[in-house]
Amino acid sequence: MGTETKGLWKIIGASSVGTLIEWYDFYIFGSLATIISTKFFPAENPTAAFLATLATFAAGFVVRPFGALFFGRLGDLIGRKYTFMVTLLLMGGATFMIGCIPSYESIGFMAPVLVLLLRLLQGLALGGEYGGAATYVAEHAPANKRGYWTSWIQTTATVGLFISLLVIMGTRLAISKEAFNEWGWRVPFWVSIIMVAVSYVIRKNMDESPLFAKVKAEGHVSKNPLKESFGNKQNFKYVLLALFGATMGQGVVWYTGQFYAMSFIEKICMVDKMQSDMLIAIALLMGTPFFLFFGALSDKIGRKKIMMAGMLLAMFAYRPIYEKMYQTVSIKNKTEVVAKHTEALSLVLNPKTGLKDSVFTYTFHYTDQTVKTEINTLQLVKKQHKVSVAKEELKTSITINSSDKWTLIWMVFFQVIFVTMVYGPIAAFLVEMFPTNIRYTSMSLPYHIGNGVFGGLLPAVATYLASKANDANTLAEKAGSNLPFDKPYLEGLWYPIIVSGVCFVIGMLYINGKKRSIE
Amino acid sequence: MNKLKRILGIVWLLLAVACAYFGIADFGWPKVAHAKGNDDLVFGIIILFVLMPIIVGGLLKFGWYALQGEYDDD
Repeated sequence: MGTETKGLWKIIGASSVGTLIEWYDFYIFGSLATIISTKFFPAENPTAAFLATLATFAAGFVVRPFGALFFGRLGDLIGRKYTFMVTLLLMGGATFMIGCIPSYESIGFMAPVLVLLLRLLQGLALGGEYGGAATYVAEHAPANKRGYWTSWIQTTATVGLFISLLVIMGTRLAISKEAFNEWGWRVPFWVSIIMVAVSYVIRKNMDESPLFAKVKAEGHVSKNPLKESFGNKQNFKYVLLALFGATMGQGVVWYTGQFYAMSFIEKICMVDKMQSDMLIAIALLMGTPFFLFFGALSDKIGRKKIMMAGMLLAMFAYRPIYEKMYQTVSIKNKTEVVAKHTEALSLVLNPKTGLKDSVFTYTFHYTDQTVKTEINTLQLVKKQHKVSVAKEELKTSITINSSDKWTLIWMVFFQVIFVTMVYGPIAAFLVEMFPTNIRYTSMSLPYHIGNGVFGGLLPAVATYLASKANDANTLAEKAGSNLPFDKPYLEGLWYPIIVSGVCFVIGMLYINGKKRSIE
Repeated sequence: MNKLKRILGIVWLLLAVACAYFGIADFGWPKVAHAKGNDDLVFGIIILFVLMPIIVGGLLKFGWYALQGEYDDD
């Protein structure tokens, strides 16, 4: 291994580990959202519940582009290295602190306010991190291998999600369910600080990017990166092209493959949480090397062809893939073993009401080893010496057999492949679009609008479209007319299909696929 | 190809107008006006004040640049 390659590995290591940690930090909040909401955002307090929604939406969507602007500007003014060290510390510090905040029961309203503020800091830091890491690596890499080297940065988002799932699953397995709900959920947040400390030390010893150092030495550092990036038509037109011809489509393909798939399997197919986390983790692990493959391939045949092919494949494959996942798990396609059916009633003390909830558990077994469990909880309340049912909650979870599990893994894997095609080459593509002195600012904004806004809104928009189709079907059923939607559960997919379709047309026509120099 | 790029500029401008109409009338406003909970309200506000300005403003500008020949091959 040559000295140059050794040096590059060090740079990749320092940059990727930091970016990976930032994604890890960002995901654990989402993965633990349910438990966090019970600790900090009690549903019975409407203001706290409102803050919970803000924490979910605002940090993911609204704040990231602001982070891109703020840290992008800083990176173009003072340098890439210092800026992405600041984002790393900010992210790590905020994540660790979330794990330390006392619950709503202990400190009242301060708890949700602090969580929201720290979540906003996480969003800001993430907005600044990616552009810095991608630029830093690209400015070190040789021109003929830029796609390959920057694709290591592209793996971090998926590996970060994978590690967050592993740490959470590991913690859940290591301690009891009660202990996890009590304090164990804080462990994944605390783990972050160790990883951040290691990454900080590695990054601290790195040199500034050679291209930025050269620009600085020649006195060509931009005086106002924001104005030069977005106020100058010659540059701004490329910012728009990057957004509408690349990152917009990439964002929705990425979110569909990694998050919508997860939510679909859990909420629509109702597969058991532990089992669905596991199969997503396996599919991610199988798909991750393809980031590097498509990154390297983009050095040979060009970035545009691979990214556009990924969008096109995704557009046509989504509906068949999701239909296959739905039909694989659907109980309608299975035969029940009636003799194995069980029913149980237990009384569980509810500390809030002081009464015992009635919990009915029904278990259905099927010939292919699938097991469906329905838990119906009747919560009782006492008003003026009368006991009545206050709330009825039905939870269904399906444990699938090994063959169905592998079918789902392959279906998610195909989606991860589309993700790797659009996402693997994109860092090199964005870096090559803009000049060194305003690169950090110019590439960060379209990336975070594409991912944070177009991609980040995907679960909410897709759920809205699917529920609208369900409502229309319910109305039609009541009226006795034909159902307007044959498969309402697939309606949410129109959002990624249309967005990636528009992006494909714009990308194919307007993006110039020629090789570019970043000097 | 340059001619097609310019003609499609009109399509992007029209698409921006269509997005504005559906985004506001069919999507964002009903969520805000008939919010069933916090999620609906925040979602509607984000659609109206974040997603719509980016899509509509961005596409209008992009379409205008395309129509002007800013993306023509040299």
